[in-house]
Amino acid sequence: MGLTMGLEEKLPSGFALTTVEKLAGYMRKNSLWPATFGLACCAIEMMAAGAGRYDLARFGMEVFRASPRQADLMIVAGRVSNKMAPVLRQIYDQMAAPKWVISMGACASSGGMFNNYAIVQGVDHVVPVDIYLPGCPPRPEMLMDAILKLHEQISNEKLGANRQQVIREVEAAALAAKPTHQLNGLLR
Amino acid sequence: MSTENGMFGVTGSGDTSGFSGLVRSAASTGSSERPYGGYFDDVADDLERAYPAFSDSIERVVVDRGELTLYVKREKLVEVALVLRDEPSLRFEIGLGVNGVHYPEEVGRELHAVYPLLSMTHNRRIRLEVAAPESDPHIPSLVEVWASSNWHERETYDMFGIIFDGHPGLTRILMPDDWPGHPQRKDYPLGGIPIEYKGATVPAPSERRAYR
Amino acid sequence: MSTTDAYASSRETTEGRVYAVTGGDWDSLVTEIGATKEERVVVNMGPQHPSTHGVLRLILELEGETVTEARSGIGYLHTGIEKNAEYRTWTQGVTFVTRMDYLAPLFNEAAYCLGVEKLLGITDDVPEKASVIRVMMMEFNRISSHMVALGTGALELGALSPMIFAFRERELVLDIFEMISGLRMNMAYIRPGGVAQDLPANAVSKIRETVKELRHNFKDNAKMLIGNSIWMKRTQGIGYLDLAGCVTLGITGPVLRSTGMPWDLRKTQPYSGYENYDFDVVTTDTCDVYGRFLIRMLELEESLRIIEQACDKLDALEGAPVMVADKKIAWPSQLSVGADGMGNSLNHIREIMGESMESLIHHFKLVTEGFRVPAGQVYTAVESPRGETGVHLVSDGGTRPYRLHFREPSFNNLQSLSAMCEGSFIADVVAAVASIDPVMGGVDR
Repeated sequence: MGLTMGLEEKLPSGFALTTVEKLAGYMRKNSLWPATFGLACCAIEMMAAGAGRYDLARFGMEVFRASPRQADLMIVAGRVSNKMAPVLRQIYDQMAAPKWVISMGACASSGGMFNNYAIVQGVDHVVPVDIYLPGCPPRPEMLMDAILKLHEQISNEKLGANRQQVIREVEAAALAAKPTHQLNGLLR
Repeated sequence: MSTENGMFGVTGSGDTSGFSGLVRSAASTGSSERPYGGYFDDVADDLERAYPAFSDSIERVVVDRGELTLYVKREKLVEVALVLRDEPSLRFEIGLGVNGVHYPEEVGRELHAVYPLLSMTHNRRIRLEVAAPESDPHIPSLVEVWASSNWHERETYDMFGIIFDGHPGLTRILMPDDWPGHPQRKDYPLGGIPIEYKGATVPAPSERRAYR
Repeated sequence: MSTTDAYASSRETTEGRVYAVTGGDWDSLVTEIGATKEERVVVNMGPQHPSTHGVLRLILELEGETVTEARSGIGYLHTGIEKNAEYRTWTQGVTFVTRMDYLAPLFNEAAYCLGVEKLLGITDDVPEKASVIRVMMMEFNRISSHMVALGTGALELGALSPMIFAFRERELVLDIFEMISGLRMNMAYIRPGGVAQDLPANAVSKIRETVKELRHNFKDNAKMLIGNSIWMKRTQGIGYLDLAGCVTLGITGPVLRSTGMPWDLRKTQPYSGYENYDFDVVTTDTCDVYGRFLIRMLELEESLRIIEQACDKLDALEGAPVMVADKKIAWPSQLSVGADGMGNSLNHIREIMGESMESLIHHFKLVTEGFRVPAGQVYTAVESPRGETGVHLVSDGGTRPYRLHFREPSFNNLQSLSAMCEGSFIADVVAAVASIDPVMGGVDR
């Protein structure tokens, strides 16, 4: 499960050794509480993911919280309009840290097919996004896959000064990166 | 209606289709001749009987694709609507809303408001159409006649800037309150941004070369 | 009096002191407000609220538990679909309109395509099989939409189990959609001139099995809610709107039929051959939330009846065309459902890429340029799960719509919220909204 350090066989049974970071990540990833942030078509698939057949309860996260103050995962499910953007940001700000964002569907990730005056061209203009989930709408399985990938990401997250270091590195790398349209070579 | 050159929407970008000399003009449909067919004759007769100022208020009667459109002068709209709603032989008791259409080429009557009507009593449909110039975008409100027009008129105001006089609270409904302009007018840009791919950029849909 | 409370800041306005409450201790607020003579509490419900059916914002003025004024704020999902479609061909328009009312995509597509066909003057040329498939798909869609309406409606009133059951039934319907169109939602399956592709092999027998299963399962849904005393108390006599109110406000669909008015466009103004099916229009005369709920419940069985009759017709139409014969309009390829969804059939790709230059030219012209539609305007309407979905289409003779407007039943019906809720308890507002069943994608477009 990626938690222990591999020294356990030298110890009496019943002990596990780990780092604080790993333990915190393990705890966090297994108690994600998503906020209900359904906007459009994707919200229906998000509900389907929570219902009987797909059953998000298997990952301990069927409890969608109505209040952002009790949630730590925001699944932006659907197109974000210019009118909705400030509301979305306010709800994100109301969530207690640590918090994560999944941008569900093409519209939330990039504006999708609605490249026009009304729609924010990607929710990452408003809030930082951890997982982009393509599809229009993505199937419930895809949402679950995104959530599992996020779990993985959370369990490996650093804490304290290490986290600040990682954030600075990621930021520096993003600033130094070439814009997509200037990239050459094969698509991958 | 309009005259267009060539086949593509964008000029000066090197039209290689060979059709750049093509001139196309869409003809405006005139008033239809009687008999209109179906129940349209009955509707027109009943309206003429119940509303003596018919010839003065109705600019054109168009029957096209099995649908009847009455082009009403805007200052007479409420009168005509009341007769259509209350006259027992007409009884268009449901106003299905308003839709704006912007025709920038029709100088002096750029903004159209289209009202589909439904009579459940007689199981009939007709349509009213009203035009207003862009410089004076006022059309009387029909909220007093059909309360359902309330939000539809607000939407049409929001999207086209048609001011419905007498509306109880004509404010924006879909766009944010402080939004500048009326987005669904033809002179309002679609507002897309160029799309970046790896090694390429594709212009926004409204900027691309497109067939007419 | 303190104005520095982090959760209840106050400011002076022309109407007196106004408090904006965002959390914190209610008691301390009540003590503060107690000092002023007049009190009005305005509660903002939404736009992000689990009980408002999407991003609907309700502005409720309260006196205690009683709602004295209810207004709705909409537009939080305005997508500009109508304008976007003006920059796409008539066929591509289907892909846009299907995303308006995302619980009833096939109804949007059908209304739009009937409009385009009327503009083209090919209404009578649409093959019979295409019409039968359309009817069948629409009725399946009615079931899936009503299932969400019932499930979320119950959820919003605090009953979780009906929602789990409703989504179980919905998944069965979505399986059918996926088998036929390759997609669960937003399928863009109905196209001008017919449907995108023929039914896959053995589809009809699979549909018959599903109908049987659904009919069996619907009993569970009915048992869970009909007669349930909590449910009855939360819905009976709530959200009252009578026939006069409905007509004034232009309300259609289940809300209108709950007043006893048997108005259903499938019967009164049939399209796509609905006159050839035997079914009943369900009405109740209670004018309340319970009546609307019951109508949705009973319409499920009527939809199953229509689907069964459509299956019988499809048996006789084996191998018949599903697209108009006119090659200038019909999409050039027969599409097929592959492992990764819907796409051009491999046979067609072999033909245009390797065998026939003319086919390639034809495909290219029709796909990139599209077909021209004679100038004019039409209004077509279909009976969607929420009422009359009307499409006003204006063409200037080009390859793209000049103006496309949807008369959305959700948008129109939501106007009745004030009439239904004012004077009732705040908890009943939720029931009333759920009974209108607005889909915000349709309201805001």
